[in-house]
Amino acid sequence: MTQHRYLPHTDDDVARMLGVVGKPTVEALFSHIPERLRAKRPLEIEALDEGALLAHLGMLGARSQPAIGAVSRDGAALSFLGAGLVPHTIPTAVDMLLQRSEWYTSYTPYQPEVSQGTLQAIFEFQTMVSEILGLPVANASMYDGASATAEAVLMAERVTGRRRVVFAGAVHPQYVETMRTYLSAEAATAEQLADVERHVGIGADGRADAAALEKALASIDDVACVVVQQPNFFGVVEDVARLAKLAHDRGALLVTATAEPVAFGVIAPPGATGADVAVAEGIGLAIPPTCGGPGVGLFAARADLVRQLPGRLVGETVDKDGRRGYVLTLATREQHIRREKATSNICTNQGLIALAFTIHMSLLGKRGFTEMARLCLAKTEYLKGKLAALPGFALPFAGPTFNEFAVRVRGGDAVRVVEKLAEEGIFAGVPAAAPVLGNASSKNDRDLLLVAVTERHSRADLDRLAARLDEVAR
Amino acid sequence: MSDRTTKTGTPIETRHLLHSSRPIFEQGAPGRSGASLPPLDVPSVDPAALFGDGARATAAALPEVSEVEVTRHFTRLSRWNYAIDLGLYPLGSCTMKYNPKVNERAARLPGFAGLHPLQPPSTMQGALELMWRLEKCLCELGGFKRVTLQPAAGAHGELAGVMMIRAYHAHRGDGAKRTKILIPDSAHGTNPATCTANGFQVLTLKTGADGLLSPPAVKEAIAAHPGEIAGIMITNPSTLGVFEEHLGEIADLVHEAGGLVYMDGANFNALLGKVRPGEAGVDVMHINLHKTFTTPHGGGGPGSGAVGVGAALEPFLPTPTVERDDSGHYRLEFNRPTTIGRLRSFYGNFGMFVRAYAYIREMGGAGLTKVTEMAVLNANYIRARLVEHYPLAYDKPSMHEVVFTDKRLKKETGVQTLDVAKRLMDFGYHPPTIYFPLPAVTGGAGALMIEPTETEPPETLDAFCDAMIAIADEAHKDPDVAKNAPHQTALRRLDETRAARTPKLRWTRE
Amino acid sequence: MDDYPNELRYTKEHEWARLEADGKTVTIGITKFAVESLGDITQVDLPSEGEEVRKDAVFGTVESVKAVSDLFAPVTGKVTKVNSPLRDSPEYVNEDCYDEGWMIQVEMKDPGELSALMDQPAYTKYLKEQDEK
Repeated sequence: MTQHRYLPHTDDDVARMLGVVGKPTVEALFSHIPERLRAKRPLEIEALDEGALLAHLGMLGARSQPAIGAVSRDGAALSFLGAGLVPHTIPTAVDMLLQRSEWYTSYTPYQPEVSQGTLQAIFEFQTMVSEILGLPVANASMYDGASATAEAVLMAERVTGRRRVVFAGAVHPQYVETMRTYLSAEAATAEQLADVERHVGIGADGRADAAALEKALASIDDVACVVVQQPNFFGVVEDVARLAKLAHDRGALLVTATAEPVAFGVIAPPGATGADVAVAEGIGLAIPPTCGGPGVGLFAARADLVRQLPGRLVGETVDKDGRRGYVLTLATREQHIRREKATSNICTNQGLIALAFTIHMSLLGKRGFTEMARLCLAKTEYLKGKLAALPGFALPFAGPTFNEFAVRVRGGDAVRVVEKLAEEGIFAGVPAAAPVLGNASSKNDRDLLLVAVTERHSRADLDRLAARLDEVAR
Repeated sequence: MSDRTTKTGTPIETRHLLHSSRPIFEQGAPGRSGASLPPLDVPSVDPAALFGDGARATAAALPEVSEVEVTRHFTRLSRWNYAIDLGLYPLGSCTMKYNPKVNERAARLPGFAGLHPLQPPSTMQGALELMWRLEKCLCELGGFKRVTLQPAAGAHGELAGVMMIRAYHAHRGDGAKRTKILIPDSAHGTNPATCTANGFQVLTLKTGADGLLSPPAVKEAIAAHPGEIAGIMITNPSTLGVFEEHLGEIADLVHEAGGLVYMDGANFNALLGKVRPGEAGVDVMHINLHKTFTTPHGGGGPGSGAVGVGAALEPFLPTPTVERDDSGHYRLEFNRPTTIGRLRSFYGNFGMFVRAYAYIREMGGAGLTKVTEMAVLNANYIRARLVEHYPLAYDKPSMHEVVFTDKRLKKETGVQTLDVAKRLMDFGYHPPTIYFPLPAVTGGAGALMIEPTETEPPETLDAFCDAMIAIADEAHKDPDVAKNAPHQTALRRLDETRAARTPKLRWTRE
Repeated sequence: MDDYPNELRYTKEHEWARLEADGKTVTIGITKFAVESLGDITQVDLPSEGEEVRKDAVFGTVESVKAVSDLFAPVTGKVTKVNSPLRDSPEYVNEDCYDEGWMIQVEMKDPGELSALMDQPAYTKYLKEQDEK
């Protein structure tokens, strides 16, 4: 059968239309394409009907053991994976609402009269991001936390007219690598790139070494911003206010990057501790982990920086009859108008994922967000206590943590322990030296394991992890 | 005038039962919640005890509503949106084709949705295999040696592509000299923005009088900057909807000058099975999975911008790549010495990979070729029906989109593209693209860029053309109707000036 | 208000210049034609006092909702005054582009440059030619 369900045209339709167009055949519509440029042979991809397609995809799906189960734990692992993506419980209503066609088959809201749904939802998203991160202005979202961090640094360079960035403490290696790729676009040589980027290490408590930062800032000029992850890559909660003061004393901006925004349910948000720009990864609160994407980058800044913000912005206004409505605004920052002079080349925002985030935050609400954070905190402290008590295990950093922490495993080989536990359906965490983190990971301590805990983990789950770790570690 | 017909008697068949829903922060009551969280089964911890001054002082002022109110709010809001599932979106260069439902089911399979990107690769072989297979399919479709799936959107893919071009020249010791990229004036705004972001200087090529890029213009630009050309960024078909017939010659000129050819693949829907750009002189091309390959537009995202490369740029691909061993085992490869690095966390918009892969496998090679044929037929049908009412920007054959101008309409009636766009809403359509291409390219006139895509039945095209003709007729009889349009929508002509002059970008308690 | 006041000089990029009483300072803004082309102006970006501007070079930008336009200096010199209220009230340019909507004042390096600009008849003729294209 050659008729396809997504291609309505019958042979009769085609014949009639060709008559109107004035061409003898469909091929005649392509006759002006020079022979030299034409495909030399037909495409070699086999077609599948729906049944065969779902069987094929189902087979591919079955070749993985998901970290997060759909309904119950059946078939899924017991997972403590974090390190950039911490999956939370997403209530059923979120995905059900997301599947309304008016949401997911709609386009960018360039025509406001027929897109008020999307525009108002983004306005609400911007409000929520502003509240969570504690800064007055938030955009309609970036691609993910890592690229949002890169864009924040580029923005700091525009605002200050300077070109250096200092990474303070343990920042996620993928965020650093992403930043490096973006910065390399501006640096003509490898030497220039190395000159632009500085790193300050951590103290014994796992936090960024403030004294070292002060020293570093005193020794170089031309620093656009200091970047700190909050909580940091090892899960430790930073003293952002202290770092912000050091940055501001040298005329630099303070940028925070966050992989786990639920932290701000119990810890002071970046805006309250002196951050000028704050970004975060929102995927864990929006959709199931989906192998890491699509994510949603939250981006907020001081009010006076609004015209340097990358990405889309939705603003409130009125129509000609005085009714409240919403429009994309301050578009003159963006590529479709400024072209070469745009604040960024970004075009898309993460629309649907931002919507999922907004719906979830509406369901959680003021009390639920705090409650979720408190659950994460309490369960993490419980697990930390249990692991610290295991012979040969140690918590290397004294600084306070939220829902992720580093633990030294007995025997010195976290990668081996994780592999063994994976065989029995436990994803114990992400080894700091895991190859899957990227090239820079190999420089991390081999005995360090990053463990993430959320409201999803029962006390029994935490007890089981502790017991199995004790069993499997040498 | 009855609001159910136009002045010329054409019926308007849209009606609404539409509820407003105030910003969610204005709904609910203190203490309400829609959360369902487990009880605390471990000892409680006081944040102040652990964090001291670092604890959060006041809770984020998120809404306080029940699930009922949330459901009603987002259901009501959704009904204010136009969507593909409601009707035609004739938006040029956006490829608003039907979003298959089986793709949504596929993406939600637990073996895909439940994967954490950092779980041991041996536990996610299915996902790695899907990525590998999708890459192979896109190589087959585009004529490329390799494809990276990492970029999150088209513009992100452009960034990757131009970065690779930059790395290529730097690697050959040429980086300091090759500082310029040629871009036609008809290009999408992301093109020059991407080049500037990479430290390149943009040399603008004027579109020829026939709407095509001309080899002499390219030759002249190259000659004026000997040894400085890093490459050219072209769109094919161009944003005017016409096939760049001189692509072969232009690619030769640029290659001879030591540069590389970047193709913006936004219009790939016009080429499937007909042209494989990698075999036609293109060194790198980004592919919008959310255009040609049906991943949903979602109200503005997420997209997914895969980038295909030939042998010249393969060494510079972002990491990690997905590789397959002889034993059929899949792995992530991070050890690529000349990679440009990574542009984001993890591997890309995996949820979109599943959908695009499902679509490609459902259609197959012959099906995708028919996609292009019907897309081009549909655009040409609209062209044939409307050409007497709206002049074309250029006379060259249209591919998958057709560009009309408002030149005659404006002169004869004062009605412009913006007014036509707003009046189309009254007929139940989303307007075509109107702010693009720029007037410089359309002879100073406003543009109407129309891309119907292949998933539109002929009856829809006829109804749309009837509406466009009715609007043109009505403009001659009573231009004020269009100038004051839309009349049917619940909100009309929102004040964008006010939004820009006094930006109010979040809800606040007054 | 005249569409194109007689005492002003004009540029091809639709700026105007008015010679002040001291004979060496000019006040600069954009013409009615520019304002009508842009529509509602949402932002004006101007240089600071003390900065140098060069004839025919870009000295700032003016934005409407849908477009950004460069501002080109009619003369070379030093910026002595900037109409800072335009930052919060760009609509002054729409309301009164020759008076309240003035943008910068420049002390000319070479007062002779002024005579190279178009006078009112020349500018209105130029506009007519543009329209017929």
